[in-house]
Amino acid sequence: AYAQGIGTVSGRVLDEKGEGMPGVTVLIEGTSLGGSTNSDGSFSIQNVPSGPHTLIMSFVGYTTQRQTISVTAGQNTAVSSLTLSENTTLLNEAVVVGYGVQRKQDITGAVTSVQAKDFVKGQVTNPEQLVQGKIAGVSITTGGGAPGSASTVRIRGNSSLNASNDPLYIIDGVPVDKDGISGASNPLTLINPNDIESVTVLKDASALAIYGNRASNGVILITTKKGLQGEKLTVNLSSQTSVSSRTKTYDVLNAQQLADIVRANGSTTQIGTLGSASTNWQDEIFRTAATYDNSVSLTGSAAKIPFRVSYGNLYQEGIVITNKLKRNSGSISLSPMLFDDHLRIDINAKGTQIDNRFIDGGQIGNAVLFDPTQPVRSAEARYAPYGGYFQFLQANGNPLGQAIGNPVAALENTNNVSDVKRLIGNVQFDYKIHGVEGLRANLNLATDIARGEGSATTNPFDFGNFNAQDRTDPNRSGRFTQYNQKKDMRLLEGYLAYGKQFGGTRFDIQAGHSYQDFVNKGDNFLAYRFDRTTLVNPDDRLIVPGYYSKLVLLSFFGRTTLNVKDRYLLTATVRNDNTSRFADGNRSGIFPALGLGWRLKGEEFLANSSTISELKLRAGWGRTGQQDVGGTYDYLPRYVLGNSAAQYNGVTTLRPSGYNEGLRWETTATWNAGLDYGFFDNRVSGSLDVYERTSEDLLSFVDVPAGANLTNQLNANIGSLRNRGIELNLNLAPVRSTDWNWDVNFNAAYNKTKITELGDQAPGFQGYLTGGIPGGTGSNIQINSVGSPNNTFFVRQQVYDSNGRPVEGVYVDRNGDGIISNLDNYKYKQAAPLAVLGFSSNLAYRKVNLSFLLRGNVGNYVYNSVSANLGNFSNAQGSTQYLINLPTSIYNTGFNTQQLFSDYYMENASFLRCENVTLGYNVGKIFTEKANLRLSAAVQNVFLVTKYDGLDPEISGGIDNNFYPRARTFTFGVNVGF
Amino acid sequence: TTSCMKELDQEPRFEVTPDKVYVDLNGYQQVLAKLYGGFAVTGQQGPAGQGDINGIDEGTSDYLRQYWSAQEVTTDEATIVWNDPGIRDWHNMNWDSSNPLIRGLYSRIYFEIAACNEFIREASDEKLSSRLSAADVTAARRFRAEARFLRAVSYMHALDLFGNGPFVTEANAVGFERPVYATRQQLFEYVEKELTALSTDADFAEPRAGGYGHVDKAAAWAMLSRLYLNAQVYTGTARYTDAATQAKKVIDAGYSLAKTASSNASQYGRLFLADNNTTPARNEIIWPVVFDVNNTQSYGGTTFLVNGATGSASNWQRRVGMTTGWGGVRATKNLFNLFQTPGGGITSDTTRDTRGRFWVKKADGSNRPLEIANLYEFEEGYGVVKFRNVNSADVAQGGSQNFSSVDFPMIRLAEVMLTYAEAVKRGGTGDLNLALTYVNQIRARAFNDQPGSAITAAQMTEQFLLDERGRELHWEGYRRTDLVRFNQFTTSTYVWPFKGGVAAGRGVESFRNIFPIPAADLSVNQNLKQNPGY
Repeated sequence: AYAQGIGTVSGRVLDEKGEGMPGVTVLIEGTSLGGSTNSDGSFSIQNVPSGPHTLIMSFVGYTTQRQTISVTAGQNTAVSSLTLSENTTLLNEAVVVGYGVQRKQDITGAVTSVQAKDFVKGQVTNPEQLVQGKIAGVSITTGGGAPGSASTVRIRGNSSLNASNDPLYIIDGVPVDKDGISGASNPLTLINPNDIESVTVLKDASALAIYGNRASNGVILITTKKGLQGEKLTVNLSSQTSVSSRTKTYDVLNAQQLADIVRANGSTTQIGTLGSASTNWQDEIFRTAATYDNSVSLTGSAAKIPFRVSYGNLYQEGIVITNKLKRNSGSISLSPMLFDDHLRIDINAKGTQIDNRFIDGGQIGNAVLFDPTQPVRSAEARYAPYGGYFQFLQANGNPLGQAIGNPVAALENTNNVSDVKRLIGNVQFDYKIHGVEGLRANLNLATDIARGEGSATTNPFDFGNFNAQDRTDPNRSGRFTQYNQKKDMRLLEGYLAYGKQFGGTRFDIQAGHSYQDFVNKGDNFLAYRFDRTTLVNPDDRLIVPGYYSKLVLLSFFGRTTLNVKDRYLLTATVRNDNTSRFADGNRSGIFPALGLGWRLKGEEFLANSSTISELKLRAGWGRTGQQDVGGTYDYLPRYVLGNSAAQYNGVTTLRPSGYNEGLRWETTATWNAGLDYGFFDNRVSGSLDVYERTSEDLLSFVDVPAGANLTNQLNANIGSLRNRGIELNLNLAPVRSTDWNWDVNFNAAYNKTKITELGDQAPGFQGYLTGGIPGGTGSNIQINSVGSPNNTFFVRQQVYDSNGRPVEGVYVDRNGDGIISNLDNYKYKQAAPLAVLGFSSNLAYRKVNLSFLLRGNVGNYVYNSVSANLGNFSNAQGSTQYLINLPTSIYNTGFNTQQLFSDYYMENASFLRCENVTLGYNVGKIFTEKANLRLSAAVQNVFLVTKYDGLDPEISGGIDNNFYPRARTFTFGVNVGF
Repeated sequence: TTSCMKELDQEPRFEVTPDKVYVDLNGYQQVLAKLYGGFAVTGQQGPAGQGDINGIDEGTSDYLRQYWSAQEVTTDEATIVWNDPGIRDWHNMNWDSSNPLIRGLYSRIYFEIAACNEFIREASDEKLSSRLSAADVTAARRFRAEARFLRAVSYMHALDLFGNGPFVTEANAVGFERPVYATRQQLFEYVEKELTALSTDADFAEPRAGGYGHVDKAAAWAMLSRLYLNAQVYTGTARYTDAATQAKKVIDAGYSLAKTASSNASQYGRLFLADNNTTPARNEIIWPVVFDVNNTQSYGGTTFLVNGATGSASNWQRRVGMTTGWGGVRATKNLFNLFQTPGGGITSDTTRDTRGRFWVKKADGSNRPLEIANLYEFEEGYGVVKFRNVNSADVAQGGSQNFSSVDFPMIRLAEVMLTYAEAVKRGGTGDLNLALTYVNQIRARAFNDQPGSAITAAQMTEQFLLDERGRELHWEGYRRTDLVRFNQFTTSTYVWPFKGGVAAGRGVESFRNIFPIPAADLSVNQNLKQNPGY
């Protein structure tokens, strides 16, 4: 190389305002030469071999720039000033797609990417919350306020009835297990959001089909932060402290109001049962909770190997007493280049360990209805065996059978803990084959290992587990149960890719193979008393020692892309998937897709337009598959052993179970047309998409003709379902000046789901009931019915009196048969929102920025199960030696008995929520310019606008019951980088 | 890549495929236990879990619980206060084809039939001889006969409750194929043929030789006698002589009425205690559905009958051996009055007739009204104290588990004796004096052998026999069938509180003598026809 001589390269990097940008990494591609810009943005690189090179400039949050230069030996090559722009337009950004990356401008499918700088701020402890409200067509509903609770993520509605509707998650190229593990309901809780660099969502078939087998519900690609070659070592410390509290309580009667009602209407016994305390049980179980989230990361390049290591520590309290989560997470990524940079190796490992202490969600409901005239604790001797907590007791001191237990005692007396570990690791080899220009081989080996174990210990003085029959040793009361789960995923993927440029035409083709298996196993345990030696059921023994399943997915895939003059784009993919879930003969599914793009901006008539900075039309069609339904062996005839409590006449039972040999792929065909646009130098940009998705051979849980099979309902490929929708994404930069910058994003999606077929049906068959509700065993409030969206509410039409009060038990006789029965139920509204809206704003003035995010759902309805179940007098009267509180809705209805199916309890749950307001201050250099300090303050769940009467209208599934309220959270954050 | 494709052949580890089940007698025995257990438990995890059927709450889905409800809650003997979907339709007699409980019962019956078919298919002579030793083949053939019996019982329930319905045997494969439709006449003929074959089948156990809980030839005769007694209803052709003949065979088979009282129960009451798997109850009960507080748990069966009928008063709970009570099921005044209103001058009251045992107090100690004003107020109307989870030493069974160890008598001698009496009284060939003797034996036991129980031949009218069945067999799942046979179930000849949904009671349309085929099944099996009226 010295024979060619060496030279220097110098220049200056400016930001969009023309100011010098310090700290920008400037590298000569393929070498370790380079460094960072100084305080005025200038740089100088010595010892650069003469000849052509590519200069790479990168800075977090800005679009990486590449500039070709030619270095002459012994001379300084001065590069003219280079401007880095914030990567809002992402035009040239490499977008992670299936099995590779593509330039955003080359993409023909519906793909949306969100970068770290645009993530939702504040106390975000689960990765999916980073993009909540940020992506059109992606609806993310958290499961409530409990730490680590699972979110429901739906991309363009539901494509399936009974098979999974969850998207596929791919983390750094590894399709991970999307199901939870025992002890952690949300599998994504096991990823530290601080490690995430970008989240990309693939929405239409032409983008998805490369993941054919599990792509029907969309794909979420998560890329974690990595080191860059030649980068200086940077250390980033971040610390957040949050305080959370509830925003609202259920409206229930207070002690005086309940006492008045009981004295006026109750029996002598009931009046005698009234206590003299005045307890707000909801106040007793809720608290102000603290959260501490600390993380540290080191990024740099050691011995030419770019690396990033991080450690995070999260301690999150729930707003219900005793509820908490602790998480320790670590990640490491290494990206060495070998053999003249021909072989790139990416090594990623993410390990997490979580300690949970769960609560029994039912206690939230119990706090709503527990008698407010009773105290939390009492010094009376008869409560001593119950730890001094007040409980409803019989005269002999034993628990009163049907009464509910003191919710504070139940929470304090139960220690339901879990310990979960997860390791996701992969090694990816990408080898540019020597001697064949444009040919590349890629091999990805990955594993996802999770171990969960937990136990629930109930104290001997717990009301619900009081062993009245054996008081010789109090430790023979209480309860101890445990569980464990072991999940192992293995992945082997390899592909060959070849690309060639002919003049203005670029052609890429790739083909590969994927093998993935999932083992899910664990042990079964018996239930013991507190002493852990006395069995709850003295005859209990383990007949089935554990559980086990293994799913294998085997695939072949290919993709070709064609780019003519950066104007005409074509992407074609095909994937063949095979699953062990189906019988031989039904295992194989072929999933093709085609995407076309026309980049109008590349045409001559627009090339020089200053108004239109980007314009691209996209259209695509494709088919994806779904096989994630029921158990792993549902096609096989199987016999299931009974446990020791299901024996008969002393003999263990073996049940022949129902099965469906004919299970096969459910397929979803998607049409998508889209427009990507940018105006006024991309100050206005975004995309518009319309789509139709039709799922066929729907994996539905349907009735089997009686006698034909070994059960009465099974999963079978019956029916079809359609989603139609439109999505708009709009980015605005209304203000760009030296001091002021304002960015706005608005996204909106409208989706309509309709079941179009459900197999053979007799005339008048309404559909399949679903959506279980409390109040009577086996009550359902929703139906899946042809012509309606899935989970349509199925209720009776309430009749109102002249004052607008509902008349108890009087409904419209819709079928006119003179009797009010199930046949008068009618389909009314749906649980899923028709429209999902997001609006975010980021305003920056010099070093201060203020951002907020508004989210809204329109057209979603909620069944107020709390009022329906509890809002009636008989609920309070049915008990004689104990009392149950009533919701204040009783004043509006005066119902004596439950009217569970009245549409009175259906409420419009459309809402607008201010998810987050964040104020940030970039203090800048501290410690003699060695470090950079940023401070932030955030409020989450700032306000909520809704007509819904209950605690929160945002209820996945639309049935409000025992809901763990979402907290309002104040967060203070410090970030130091050096 | 063929070896790679082989990876797709995965097998479960803890569930077993049929080729690993039927390898020895033990496998056959465990499947047979499930066929029997199909009447008692709801799934493979007691008390609930891995349920056998769907579309209904698992605990509610118990075979006996729903069979009992269809037979009792629809009548004067019982009514339920709960608000579970469909439950109030039973007593109000306004059920329709979408009633989830009727559908649950129907699903249970056909699950039982399908499971029996599966077992019988796997127990063909050919398969048995290729899999088992000669001695084990003999045992397995007896299991097969028992499975045929259980299947016949379920078909008999179907023909009694639904009249017509789907028909499948071991000749049909497991899948989604729509079963053919069988009329009530066809189902009757099939059940008759099966039970008749079993009653002389060399594989089937001789009376009392099958072991506890197992059915035998006497059970087949008893079911035949029950079938023939109702033949007029089922087919339009009376078969009273056949009913008497079959009943007589059972009566002469060596069973005897339980006649020993215990400290806590009368002679009669002891039949329904937690140790009714022992003598003397064991001598009378021909086919018990076996429950165990620890090993055979469900929310149906006698757990439902004990807990469901018990209120919150701790002395009541103590009496039935529980520490809880679900406070749901109690009787209308008509059941109580069966013991109070002398029919034709016969002395019968709850003081001396030990069969009438009622709970007459509210939880606060005041008296319950006999009359129910509010159908859904548990403290109105009398509670029924019949099934009790205590043994004859008055020890509650199973600690605080609140499940029941009481075995449910599916067939017992007293029923067969009353069948004989009624068949002969209705004109079947037989001995009327013997019939009277049987009735008076039953009554003597009911009165703890105190005087005043006997009736005369003149007093033994058909109506008396219906009333006597109401007293002797109340809450044992006979009432609806009996009332239908006497044409009193739907007609206004006989009414009870809230019959037809009105407080005074009224007649309802006669099509309600059978239940509708569930709409859910009609929608997937176009071979079926809905019963008239629905």
